[in-house]
Amino acid sequence: MPEPMIEAHGLCRRFGDALAVDHVEFVVRRGEIFGFLGPNGAGKSTTVRMLTGYLPPSEGRALLAGIDVGHDPSAARRHIGVVPEEANVYADLTVWQNVMLMAELHGLARARRTARGEELLETFGLADRRRQKGRELSKGLRQRLMLCMALVTDAPILFLDEPTSGLDVASAHLIRDVVTRINRDRGATVFLTTHNIEEADALCHRVAIINRGRLAAIDTPRALRAAIQSRRAVEVHFATPFPDASTLAGELSPDDIVPLADGYLIYSAEPGRVAQEIATRASARGVRIASMATRDPSLEDVFLHITRTRATAPTSGGQVHAR
Amino acid sequence: MRAELAARLAWQAHAAFVIAKKDALVYYRKPPVVTFGIVFPVFFVLAFAAGRTLAPESLVPGIVAMALFFTASAIGPLVTPWERQAKTYERLVTSPASLGAILAGDALAGAVFGAVLTLMPIALGVAATPAAIARPAELALGVVFGAAAFSALGVLLAAPATDTPSQVMMLSNLVRLPLIFVSGVFVPHAEMPSWGQSLAPLSPLSYAADLIRVGFGQTAYFSVASDVAALAVFAVFFLAAARLFHARGRARGR
Repeated sequence: MPEPMIEAHGLCRRFGDALAVDHVEFVVRRGEIFGFLGPNGAGKSTTVRMLTGYLPPSEGRALLAGIDVGHDPSAARRHIGVVPEEANVYADLTVWQNVMLMAELHGLARARRTARGEELLETFGLADRRRQKGRELSKGLRQRLMLCMALVTDAPILFLDEPTSGLDVASAHLIRDVVTRINRDRGATVFLTTHNIEEADALCHRVAIINRGRLAAIDTPRALRAAIQSRRAVEVHFATPFPDASTLAGELSPDDIVPLADGYLIYSAEPGRVAQEIATRASARGVRIASMATRDPSLEDVFLHITRTRATAPTSGGQVHAR
Repeated sequence: MRAELAARLAWQAHAAFVIAKKDALVYYRKPPVVTFGIVFPVFFVLAFAAGRTLAPESLVPGIVAMALFFTASAIGPLVTPWERQAKTYERLVTSPASLGAILAGDALAGAVFGAVLTLMPIALGVAATPAAIARPAELALGVVFGAAAFSALGVLLAAPATDTPSQVMMLSNLVRLPLIFVSGVFVPHAEMPSWGQSLAPLSPLSYAADLIRVGFGQTAYFSVASDVAALAVFAVFFLAAARLFHARGRARGR
């Protein structure tokens, strides 16, 4: 089993009387892309800030590559490249100066940092803009530059806090592509905080979901999806005016029915039976079905299920680790 | 063990140098630096000299000390608030540079900036007035150690966790301006009232101005050794206090 690269042991953080992060515990191993999901204010960024040594924990400890961040922060941080949430590049430095600044802070020798910097600017489509000032870049280009600044360090661990938030499709796609490549080719360990569930589903080997400061679930996206089979669904679209969902599918809780523009999304542990029932009843009423399909739970369904229903006490969902 | 410690110190010294270089590239050309670093002391000196029958050469050490004080402490108070405002602070703090190295880098940038810009009033004073450098070593010590102490003061003034530079500038002037009046910059210590003489040792500017006066052939109030020692102690104390305040702010999540 690969060695642990990021360890959170009972991490807690209080702000006055408010408990922002409550005994969070997990281990991320070398070569993993680890997604960290949660609603706004759930404690994601506070956890990342404790892991990167920006914020001291109220309790517990964080280790990076086996080094206690609280005990020896500088040594621990040599192993990480960080794209913090709401960070920015230096507006008065050129693209090249921004990249070299981080490389020098990580102690890369001149030849190494120059070669690595040029390679990264090429990869991120910034080579033609190396003399441009940070202030002259668009948001998407600034985000690409921030990723360059994190990657030029050659650190084995990358912390990416909402790296594609608010970006255009091309920039977001490029960043996801590069993250996948550095993980695959260099074996980098990636800690990815994101609101984008599809992104986490596509990129991450494992995800953790934090809700109200507590870790609610942690497992592979597939296992988490499998753990909520009750969130399988039937998606039906009608070609003609359609009746109320309850008249089509028997005894259903209103919580299980999501109205769509021309049909319904109906959650059920037995989507096959529900689909059959809908087809039978629709035929009997002369309602024409345009399309109908059964759907396995998405990671978004898992996320919504956990964050809506687990206010405090987590129950099993895949392999759930929480206190 | 000793080798490991030396390696760590070398690493952090390198990090401090990189931070200083970054400060030089990013912050030195900002308008407040020019305003408070050069223009402000010139006008201050003119205000002091107006209506007084002083020989121009007797004003030169005071002008040099004032220029050094304002230029070396002009950047420091603004760097951290600017970093916070521009949202570059967190990435810097999560780099391998320790908090001490970041603050030392900020202080180094201010000290070099102050020392280099102070060469201008020295050169002008020597060229345009009968003032002459009598003891260059003492003058150099005054400029170098004074620059270190004043820039460290600037770094300390940046310690409040704010992203509003104007707040820090207010605090900065509130602290720096009174120091001028108790430091014997224009009135030699021996001629100051007794309350002034009691307060003078509390200001780092007193010791730097004393060394600079000696450099221009005037009489020392303190000894050269005590001037140098006091400036070194002030520099270390200001940096240690800045580090403490930054650490406290971070512990509170700011």
